[in-house]
Parts: sequence; structure tokens; C-alpha cells
Amino acid sequence: MSTMNITITVNGRDRRADAAPRMTLIDFLRDELRLTGSHIGCEHGVCGACTVLLDGDPIRACLMFAVQADGLSVTTVEGLEDETGALSAVQDAFWETHALQCGYCTPGMLMAAQALLHENDDPSDAEIREAISGNLCRCTGYQQIVDAIKLAAKTLSTERANA
Amino acid sequence: MKSAEFEYFRPSSVDEVCTYLANGDSDAEWKVLAGGQTLVPLMAMRLARPTHLIDINRIDALHGVEIAADRVVIGAATRQRVLERTPGLADALPLFAKALPHVGHFQTRNRGTIGGSIAHADSSAEIPLVALLLDGAVTLHRKGASRIVPIRDLFLGPMETVIEPEEIMVSVEVPIWRGAAGSKIGVGFHEMAPRKGDFAIASAAAQIELDANGVCIRAAIGVGGCGPTPLRLHDAEALLIGQTPTDANITTAIQTIDAKIDPDSTLQASADYRRRVCPELTRRAITDAVTDAQSKSPS
Repeated sequence: MSTMNITITVNGRDRRADAAPRMTLIDFLRDELRLTGSHIGCEHGVCGACTVLLDGDPIRACLMFAVQADGLSVTTVEGLEDETGALSAVQDAFWETHALQCGYCTPGMLMAAQALLHENDDPSDAEIREAISGNLCRCTGYQQIVDAIKLAAKTLSTERANA
Repeated sequence: MKSAEFEYFRPSSVDEVCTYLANGDSDAEWKVLAGGQTLVPLMAMRLARPTHLIDINRIDALHGVEIAADRVVIGAATRQRVLERTPGLADALPLFAKALPHVGHFQTRNRGTIGGSIAHADSSAEIPLVALLLDGAVTLHRKGASRIVPIRDLFLGPMETVIEPEEIMVSVEVPIWRGAAGSKIGVGFHEMAPRKGDFAIASAAAQIELDANGVCIRAAIGVGGCGPTPLRLHDAEALLIGQTPTDANITTAIQTIDAKIDPDSTLQASADYRRRVCPELTRRAITDAVTDAQSKSPS
């Protein structure tokens, strides 16, 4: 079976590599591009650990083949920090409220939270729980994660007010 | 949990897809890849093992939602999230608007398609159920021909439809209930799942039209996850039509359900449990639909 040469814009940078058609986007990001921030959990679309943004929308990177993303733009957890390496508001809020313990679900949770706050700058608890309903956490506890997303929303709204 | 090897094709027109599907030799299994939210997990678990995959995601003609006077036409590869956010959907197809938030999670709705969900014919999936209840139909193309199949004739059994290997679904058409003068239309949807967005153990949907006196003049009621395919409950509908819906006659209507359903036992729930849950979910869906209709202003 032949491989295909594909180009995906990852975190703003064009990345070109060969991929066999059956290679999933998450395997491509981790194994070919060595971007190991996005995690692989269930590999069949249940756990949400592999959530990345595809052209801005959150998707499961285990349910898409890398060749399908040829020419498209992907944002991973590595793309959340700014150019100086400072944590984004969402990342900082997770740190602040202890919204991670083992960290396995964290990249997926961060991307889901990022996507939510992009669309809704003042989400209710119910909206936050809905937004992370596709992401499984087995140790931290969801409450701190909800707290983190609320804190991030507050930080971002203060930043906007001061801008 | 990795797919078996396959050859990948990404055509830009439906004609090209039909040509590929028509030319498949007997050793090859050609399969259409749309949103991948059902097919890719099946491939990862090796329950599906296509040798040739045709990615239809970049065929513009398969995307889009058109709300006409009497129907909504949805391109088969339209993302569930796109339909969910289509302005006017709640007026045209209120039952779709009610059911779509229950479909998977928002990460999966960003990729999952309307046609893909119907083509996979999962008995517990929401989109096949509401498309069935609203008398929807799908348009199938093959090289040199096309046909329209009503959803009620589409499903053969779990994950099985009358769609032939050479055919591709191009669109889904769903009639709009415009309502008689002075009538009101309401909808209800309930499901039970281990986690919100997971596969439903059982689900129930109802769309009801009440006349100016509050008498039910039209009803579409059905359940998912309680048989090999989504099921429309004509007997329950017949018992409500011509009546002013009350708790008592809703109870009478849902007593007809047990004889109509044929649930399986799975890891998540036994068949007996589904038999208990299904009428209750239906009661809630009908009650919500009646309350919803009563709260509307007359058409």
C-alpha cells in the first residue's frame, strides 16, 4: 500500500510528511511530528484525550486519517501557549485550580475548553459540563475542571475589559 | 486498535464516486468515508475492513442545507453541527433541533454527517429515528441512475440498509409540518444513556399537532434502541389522534408499545429493562410535545 505526501498546517506552521492512508491524525501528530502533547486514550472516539482543533473546531484526532487533513489547519495543545512560552489563560486556570492530577485527559480537556470559550465568553456550569461531556477524566474529578474553565472565562473577560 | 491497510481516494464529484463504486472488482471492498465517526471506530476494531476508501468530505455538492416551503433538503455529507446551527431549523424541523444536541458530543458532531448517521442505521441513533418519524427520504445515486427511498423502507436491521454497494447517498429530504390554520405543533425527545452523548439505551421522540380546540390532529411517535431498527409507533399515534391528550389517554397510548418492541440485552441494559424504560420515555416525549404545542401561538 502506498504512502501519500501530505502537508498539514500545525500550530501555524506547514508540516510536510509521508503518511500511509490508515495512519490516524493523532498517530501522525505524535509519531511523525513528535507532538506528543495530544494523548491517545481509547482510539475509537470515546475518551476525548486526542481532541485537537481542525480549522478551529474541536474534533477527535483518532477518528480521522492524517491524509484527510491534507491542506487543512490543526491546532494541538502545543499551540495554546504564546510565542514566549507563557501559558494561555485556560492552561493557567487549570494550573491554578488543580484541574489536573495524572494529566492524561488534560490536553483534550484544554482543547475542549478553548473551543467553548472561543464561542461563549461567559458559560454557565451546565454549558461547561456539556462542553466537556465528550472528555473522560478518571482521576482529577470534574469539579476542578469546571472551576478552571470558569476561572479562565473570568480572566479572559478581565483581559478584554483592560484591552 | 489500528485500521487494516486500505487505498485512499479523494474525488471531487459524485460522478467520480459512482465510477469508483461501479468499477470495484470482486476482491475489493469499496466504502464511502464521510464523517468517519461510525466507520473509523468500526475499522479500528476491525469490524469493518474496506480495501478501498472513498473520502467524500470535499465534494461541495454533498454539503448544505436548503429550507424550502414544504421541505428541508440536506446534503448527505452535511455535518451534524452545521445542521444544528442552521438558522430557521427550529421552525422548519423542530424535532431535529430537539434531537441533534443528543447526537454524540460536540467533537463528534463537528465531523459526523447527517447522511452517515442514517446510512449506518444504528437502531439507537437519534437522526435515523427523527428522519423516520418525519417521513424523510434519501436520494441514492449510482453510475447512470438514481432513486429515492423513503426512510421507512431503508432500514433492514442493525447497521443494515437497502443501499447497494454501488450506491452513494447524496441527500436527505425531510417534509416540513406546516400545520392547519389555527393549529399548534410541539415536539418532545427523551433518551437514556450512561453518559450524555453516549449511545442511548433507549430513546423516544414525538411530534404532535393540536387544533385550535386542543385536539390532537396529527402525531408522529417512535422509539430507538428497542428493536433492530428505529420504530414508528402507529398504534400509539392512532389512539391519540382525535383526542385531547390527557395523562389518561397518553397512558392508554403507551400501553400499546410493549407488543411492538423487540429489545436486545446488552452490557448496558437488559431487554427487560429496556421494556420498562421505553414506554416511560415515550410518555415523557409525548407529554413534552403536548406542553410544547400548547405554549406556541397558533399557525
